[in-house]
Amino acid sequence: MLNEELKIKIAQLLPAIEFEEGGEWLNIHVPSQAFRSLIVSLRYDAGLDFDYLFCLTAVDWKTHFTMVYHLTSTIHRHHVVVKVKLDRNNSEIETVSDIWRTADMLEREVYDLFGIKFLNHPDLRRLIMPDDWKGWPLRKDYEDPVNMIKL
Amino acid sequence: MLEEIGTTAEGDLIINVGPQHPATHGVLHLVLTLNGETIKKVEPHLGYIHRSIEKMCESLSYRQFIYVTSRMDYLSSHINNHACALCVEKGLQVEVPQRAQYIRVIMDELTRIASHELWWGAMAMDLGAFTPFFHAFRERETITDIMEKTCGARLTMNYMVPGGVMAELHPDFQKDVKNFIQLYKSKFEEYNELVTGNIIFQNRMKSVGYISYADAISYGCSGPVARASGVHCDIRKLYPYDVYDKVVFDEITETAGDSYARYIVRLKEMQQSIHIVEQLIDQIPEGEFQAKTKAVLKLPKGEFYQRVETARGELGVYIVSEGGTTPYRIKFRSPGFSNLSALEHMVKGLKIGDLVAAMGTLDLVIPDIDR
Repeated sequence: MLNEELKIKIAQLLPAIEFEEGGEWLNIHVPSQAFRSLIVSLRYDAGLDFDYLFCLTAVDWKTHFTMVYHLTSTIHRHHVVVKVKLDRNNSEIETVSDIWRTADMLEREVYDLFGIKFLNHPDLRRLIMPDDWKGWPLRKDYEDPVNMIKL
Repeated sequence: MLEEIGTTAEGDLIINVGPQHPATHGVLHLVLTLNGETIKKVEPHLGYIHRSIEKMCESLSYRQFIYVTSRMDYLSSHINNHACALCVEKGLQVEVPQRAQYIRVIMDELTRIASHELWWGAMAMDLGAFTPFFHAFRERETITDIMEKTCGARLTMNYMVPGGVMAELHPDFQKDVKNFIQLYKSKFEEYNELVTGNIIFQNRMKSVGYISYADAISYGCSGPVARASGVHCDIRKLYPYDVYDKVVFDEITETAGDSYARYIVRLKEMQQSIHIVEQLIDQIPEGEFQAKTKAVLKLPKGEFYQRVETARGELGVYIVSEGGTTPYRIKFRSPGFSNLSALEHMVKGLKIGDLVAAMGTLDLVIPDIDR
């Protein structure tokens, strides 16, 4: 399905969505309260069938976080990028690891590096950093005088 | 849950495999929960080779960060560099000359063959066959010698730059590659005689580590792991880049979904790769090897995503740019990370020997997972 048709279909699901212009794929901004129901529709609705989550990451914009989910469909071969804005001080979002099993380890990595909590995740703990590490390394305000060299 | 090494209340044993272990192909630490010799739970512990590449790249320029990515999946270093160069070119909207495109694809395919050779030798060694290792490295030496003449390095090549390739090909390149093609075509019979047809090997690999079509998609598997379960996911076919749309090759899929299918997929991919190199080696057009770009690159504000097919699967490079000389955020979507998450699903209920066979066919390179 082309971007234009996808836009129409997704806007029907949730009128409060904003679309971002530009980019090769359709970027949609979703408020975090409506996130979970939209994601379930994207995965299971006929005609959308986004069954392959190929990238899950977060970006720290200093005033807020943005979770970014890149989805594609192996049946229809269309893509969508779902973005959710999270508050910096209270960064929580529902997990999608029951929908796509790959999100299990990907969400653990985001938790490890950014400190974003995923509600209802089966086993949320640090993945790459040692278990007793303090701080969230990929945040922009992370200070580490021992390991980081500021040029 | 985090388990302590020891014995649980039910009498299950919790033991370590790795991080120093000849069969884990790098520093992978697995904590197994065993009932006798049957695996009940596999839990990977990562981070032994975490070098914070993503954070480092936030302070490196767009020309510099490519060299760090060679060290991520060091067996397909050309392909990693290619992905980063393509992503930056997408942002700069620069046209890569045809000569550079041909050279890049030939280098990519030679790297794929070299990577699959090492996989083949190491996997056979895990199962106890020591001879294939030497055969594999004999072929790999020929390829790395070819690479060394042009790129100057044998493992972390750093040859691709935004705009093309860094230097002109060595004058012997075409002759060397043609000799290699002649030599290589006869090797597949040797490999099949040595390993593939061996009854012990087949019994250890068939029906071991099964993953279904739907599970392979759900776990985010890509590359030969997913193709062995029937998923059509070859990025070179679906979203071609450089001259992949001009060459004729097959996407190899199997339906069995077990370790033997993954093995056959990779063997046949080696044949397809040499076929691609053969089609391109005589067609390299004359021209520039690098497009003219500014000395200091600045990507416009926005986001850019590039997918390529490495020897392990789908690598994604996601650059978020704020218009400066360094990226604001880079994310490398690594194929090994998602393939590893399917390991527990594959080996639950099997024996430790089957764990080694399944892990061998997943073709994990741990620096790719930890970044």
